Amino acid sequence: MIEVKNITKVYKSGDIETRVLKGISFSIKEGEFVAIIGPSGSGKSTLMHILGCLDTPTSGQYFFEGKDVSRLSDDELADIRKKEIGFVFQAFNLLPRATVLRNVVLPLAYANIPKGEREEIAKRALLSAGLDEKTFYRLSNQLSGGEMQRVAIARALVNNPTIVLADEPTGNLDSKTGEVVLETFKNLNKQGRTVILITHEKYIAEKAERTISLKDGEIIEDIINHRSKMVQQIKE
Amino acid sequence: MLITDLFEETYLAISANKTRSGLTILGIVIGIGSVIAMISIGQGATGSIETSIQSMGSNLITVSPGFQRSFSQVSAGRGSAQTLTMEDSETIAKEVPFVQAVAPELSRRYQIVAKGKNTNTQVVGTTASYPGVKNIEIDQGSFVSEQNVSSQSKVAVLGPTTRDDLFGEGTVPIGETVRINGINFKVIGVTKSKGGTAFGSQDDMIFIPITTAQRFLAGSDHVSTISVQAESPQVMTQVQTEITNLLLELHNITDPQMADFSVLSQQDILGAASSMTNTMTILLAAIAGISLIVGGIGIMNMMMTAVIERTREIGLRKAIGAKRLDISLQFLAEAVMLTFLGGVLGIILGSGIAYGITFFAGMATKISLFSIILAFSVSAGIGILFGYWPAQKAAKLNPIEALRYE
Repeated sequence: MIEVKNITKVYKSGDIETRVLKGISFSIKEGEFVAIIGPSGSGKSTLMHILGCLDTPTSGQYFFEGKDVSRLSDDELADIRKKEIGFVFQAFNLLPRATVLRNVVLPLAYANIPKGEREEIAKRALLSAGLDEKTFYRLSNQLSGGEMQRVAIARALVNNPTIVLADEPTGNLDSKTGEVVLETFKNLNKQGRTVILITHEKYIAEKAERTISLKDGEIIEDIINHRSKMVQQIKE
Repeated sequence: MLITDLFEETYLAISANKTRSGLTILGIVIGIGSVIAMISIGQGATGSIETSIQSMGSNLITVSPGFQRSFSQVSAGRGSAQTLTMEDSETIAKEVPFVQAVAPELSRRYQIVAKGKNTNTQVVGTTASYPGVKNIEIDQGSFVSEQNVSSQSKVAVLGPTTRDDLFGEGTVPIGETVRINGINFKVIGVTKSKGGTAFGSQDDMIFIPITTAQRFLAGSDHVSTISVQAESPQVMTQVQTEITNLLLELHNITDPQMADFSVLSQQDILGAASSMTNTMTILLAAIAGISLIVGGIGIMNMMMTAVIERTREIGLRKAIGAKRLDISLQFLAEAVMLTFLGGVLGIILGSGIAYGITFFAGMATKISLFSIILAFSVSAGIGILFGYWPAQKAAKLNPIEALRYE
């Protein structure tokens, strides 16, 4: 479903070139739960931006569902983001002064979903992200951190995207709330959704089925987490 | 995004910052308000001048004497000549088609005495057709009759102001005597008040038979103007041309450039007067327009601040699929909405000012649909003009950088 072939990203500032990604190749199948881990400066954020179609690679190819998206224009990328990708950010990035429901309805408005259907879809997404109806009409800046992140997850899910990209989703949360949020991602994955999680903490990465480790712009490790697999197998 | 979504977004954004939006709108309110008020004053002036010209008579053509030309080529100035005669007036009445009525007049200012009071006013020698041509109505008694004209009677009809000056307000002076230039005239009527016009009051006048004026006051048989009433507005130009040709022939003049008279229609006078007031209106509106530009810059300033404040929000919107157009429309709509609100309030304010000017200063004002449409389109235009740059700035933001913005 996702295939990157030898992608590089070079940032130029003045005469200095910084090679952030140095030829990365991997592929992710549908329904996988992948963690991308690496210390800061390893290029994991840049990789996420490219995977999330917020940015294009300097060289190499990125196939999204078989389509090469590495050379698309801004607006064409926006179209893919709108239909296929759900983002969850470390800082939640909710619209302050707007209700929870309105925050979740926003992607539907950009996707031109008829007005009458929007609230219904948004409410379903909120419920599946683990929020109860009491919170729907509260202003988003009155929520707790954990609730905010679940609203953000609901917003990411509302357009029924093919993949969910989460950038340090637990970074601004205490460890207990973080657990709950991670559990939410796990549940999403169980429902068959592809989840890519970017983190710098090993214990979070271990919750995923597969971990891709980056260092200095290169993949140093790509492993299947047997522990989580085993847990799953036992459950089954 | 649907249009209704855009409105919702705009409403939320504007209402989130009520004080700031309000102050920004105020700039536009003052700008639009002053444009509306200034145009209404200008158009009010135009309107009152037009009515006063129209009140002088309908379908009116005025023939006045031209230069007194002598062999030495010294011109004594337009209107100074004594080239028009009763004969000219009678021939026009007889030979020019589509003429309803002709009223020759011989006017001059004299000192008038009655019962120890005296005043100095315009004495108009004319014929019985004058009231019809000049829209004058009789209040008391009667106007100068055909018979008065043919018998050179010493009778006088007073304007209401002259009556007030000589006999006191509201009196009935019929049968009284007034002395004009040492000659006694019997008062036979008083005209109805028409109010002052920009071209002198028709209320402060005395009307006497033209023949009397020629014989006893002026001592010559010339006339100072001939007022001609055409049958309809459509034949005005034709009548004007016919009168010119006829008089050229009567005065034995071959070169129209050398004509010793001029033929002016009401439209000519109206045109000159309205071009003057139009210039004034444009000048006033232009000065008010400057404040509108200042208001527009206020809008731009606010939008720039809004773009910077909402950088992260723009980043997020882009991440969830907003295109450049979506973002730029959102900010443009906000700017247009602000100016539009300012426009509506400005129209109310401007109308209020215009009403106040009429109420307190007694000046005529007129708020036309044109000025309201102008104000609306100008305010919307200013929104687009001054909102465009900030909107483009927002649309071009890089989503990654915008999301990281602190």
